[in-house]
Amino acid sequence: MKTNSWLKWASQMLLFSLIAVVTQIAFVQDSVAAQNQKMKIALVLDKGGKDDKSFNSAAYQGVMRVKREMNSFVKYVEATDDNAFEALLRAFSQKKTFDLVISIGVSQVDSVKKVAALFPDQKFAIVDGIVDAPNVRSLVFQEHEGSFLVGAIAGLTASPDSSGLIKVGFIGGMDIPLIRRFELGFAAGAEAEAKRNHHRIKVISNYIGITADSWNNPAKAKELAMAQYDSGVQVIFSAAGASNSGLFDAAEEKKKFAIGVDSNQDWVKPGRILTSMVKRVDEAVFQTCKDVSEAKFKGGAVHYGLADQGVDYTLDEYNRSLLTPAVVARVEEIKKEIISGKLQVPDYYKKRK
Amino acid sequence: MRFKEKLPQILKPLISIMVGLSLGLLVTKIAGEDPWNVLEILVRGAFGSRYDFGMTLFYTTPLIFTGLSVAFAFHSGLFNIGAEGQLAMGALSVAAVGILFPNAPGFLAPVLGVLAAVVGGGIWGAIPGWLRARRGSHEVINTIMLNFIAAGLTSWVTLYLLKNPDSQNPETAAVAPSYLIRQFSFFDGAPVSMAFFVALMAAFVVWFILWKTVLGFEIRAVGQSESAARSAGIDAAKMRMLAMAIAGGLAGLVGVGEVMGNADRFRVGFSPGYGFTGIAVALLARNRPFAIVASALLFGALHKGASELDLETENVTRDLSLILQALVILCVSAEGVWDLAGERYKLLIKKKWIRSAPSPELAEEHYSPKV
Repeated sequence: MKTNSWLKWASQMLLFSLIAVVTQIAFVQDSVAAQNQKMKIALVLDKGGKDDKSFNSAAYQGVMRVKREMNSFVKYVEATDDNAFEALLRAFSQKKTFDLVISIGVSQVDSVKKVAALFPDQKFAIVDGIVDAPNVRSLVFQEHEGSFLVGAIAGLTASPDSSGLIKVGFIGGMDIPLIRRFELGFAAGAEAEAKRNHHRIKVISNYIGITADSWNNPAKAKELAMAQYDSGVQVIFSAAGASNSGLFDAAEEKKKFAIGVDSNQDWVKPGRILTSMVKRVDEAVFQTCKDVSEAKFKGGAVHYGLADQGVDYTLDEYNRSLLTPAVVARVEEIKKEIISGKLQVPDYYKKRK
Repeated sequence: MRFKEKLPQILKPLISIMVGLSLGLLVTKIAGEDPWNVLEILVRGAFGSRYDFGMTLFYTTPLIFTGLSVAFAFHSGLFNIGAEGQLAMGALSVAAVGILFPNAPGFLAPVLGVLAAVVGGGIWGAIPGWLRARRGSHEVINTIMLNFIAAGLTSWVTLYLLKNPDSQNPETAAVAPSYLIRQFSFFDGAPVSMAFFVALMAAFVVWFILWKTVLGFEIRAVGQSESAARSAGIDAAKMRMLAMAIAGGLAGLVGVGEVMGNADRFRVGFSPGYGFTGIAVALLARNRPFAIVASALLFGALHKGASELDLETENVTRDLSLILQALVILCVSAEGVWDLAGERYKLLIKKKWIRSAPSPELAEEHYSPKV
């Protein structure tokens, strides 16, 4: 009997607190409701969602900056399955009130192609894929160029072992051509610099997996990194989205170096992360929105490379002590050569053709 | 008399759905939305245009198959949680046949595809069926585990054996054109194909097997009481293996709509959990084949309408739409509440507070002095 009344009391309290929490949430959300804004931007994220700390996050941050700085209205949605992209794009286009619809990721290429043809007056932007239509701007990045730079940094920083051999490593997230492009650029950069200093070099590379889960598997990344470090690798570059944190843990434990990707990750483990290969999806998205607001939007592919800082290496207070002035000077030199076209970085996409 | 017996069976789920939806809409009210507006968006999102309705039917089709799969196994007393793995194997089989035999003549190709789907899924269903019947290991564990194996196996086959070299996405090469089934232009581009009618036919076939054939009778007998069935001379182990194989084949048929009617290829992770939603579909329909069609339509409409919700409202996101679906499932599965309501009702009759007692013996039996 006693336990019964106690249970009743507890469940009532639980109910009340639940209601309290829910109304709190509702209140907070009400206060940020949209009010008279000018430009309307729609963002269709890939299945990873806005909190993948990598690619989708960058795009999300880009439109959030648009929202802040240009006082525009932003609506973002995450797709539930591969078949939902087209439905979402159609729904946005049908409203005819959105100035720009942004699609994130290669998996949306087919859907954008189809919907852009159905709604020729709607402006679209797609990141990482190319859709050839007058109302679609394709935002693609020269990942191999940035990877070449961080490869050079790895090749310059790692010291040769007794036999004069330098070992650097690469860890890819999902094994797809896009990440192969990172790998090829990185290996080329490291090899070029090692040869220049008359060292022999070996690039060890591993992939976390073959499905989309690979972007979110830090444990596997750490395992691979530990094995690479144990085999004598001194610097590892990882292009694996949220899995990268596993590499950073391994670098800290083994007191070796790592290189981050996509966003500037130097601050994550100061002193252990040599640099990051940044890919400014946020910047590209922001620029596109700005062009729309200034009525300068044009279709076609825009390639973001070293020249416009769409890809780059990072140098800030967290890694300044790790990169010697000589290394920085050499990397800047390489950067100029790539921009001027004097140095050709091997491109996985072109190599396959 | 028959109608009177059936009435509660029809009414119960209907009322449950209404209660679940109202509770869900109440949550949207708390989140700061107008519930009527939310309801309108849901309905418009699911049935608003030919395309929207088409997408609803497109999502309904796999849910009919997985719902039938779960229900069929359930009639033999087994709980099939492996529809997700079975449908992946079925879809991969369709793609494999479509790629390996590109020269199949036009009239034969779709038939081959359907057969591949049934066999691929069927084998994946038969494995836990065999393990249960011959080795006694529990089918719930086995089907769940086989889901993981199927996910790994399909990824591996896709990426190492049948890979589309030109794609960034994990998918196989395209199947030969002769395998493709026509999409109906009525739906304005939504990928509704003959697969929907295959699903309706499957519902009829399942009903026919279960209630009009000896095989179905034996399967149901095993499901209701294994020992009784055995003493009646029914090979219970064989029936269970067969039931699981058929259940797997039904789930595998999802591949027909997906590969032959929509994507032209197998894409790793194409299913947003059709196999698991199928459990809810079967539950809501109380494992009746024709009710499964209606219940799959409800879940398909919720899935499609919910994505619209994400886009139209300020405070309600997909997550809340998931709550909506979950509440419907919870209310439908809250069978205890119904029994309790029935008990109270009978108690009231017993105490002569309300008139008309249909069967006093039942009321006597259910009367519990504790209340």
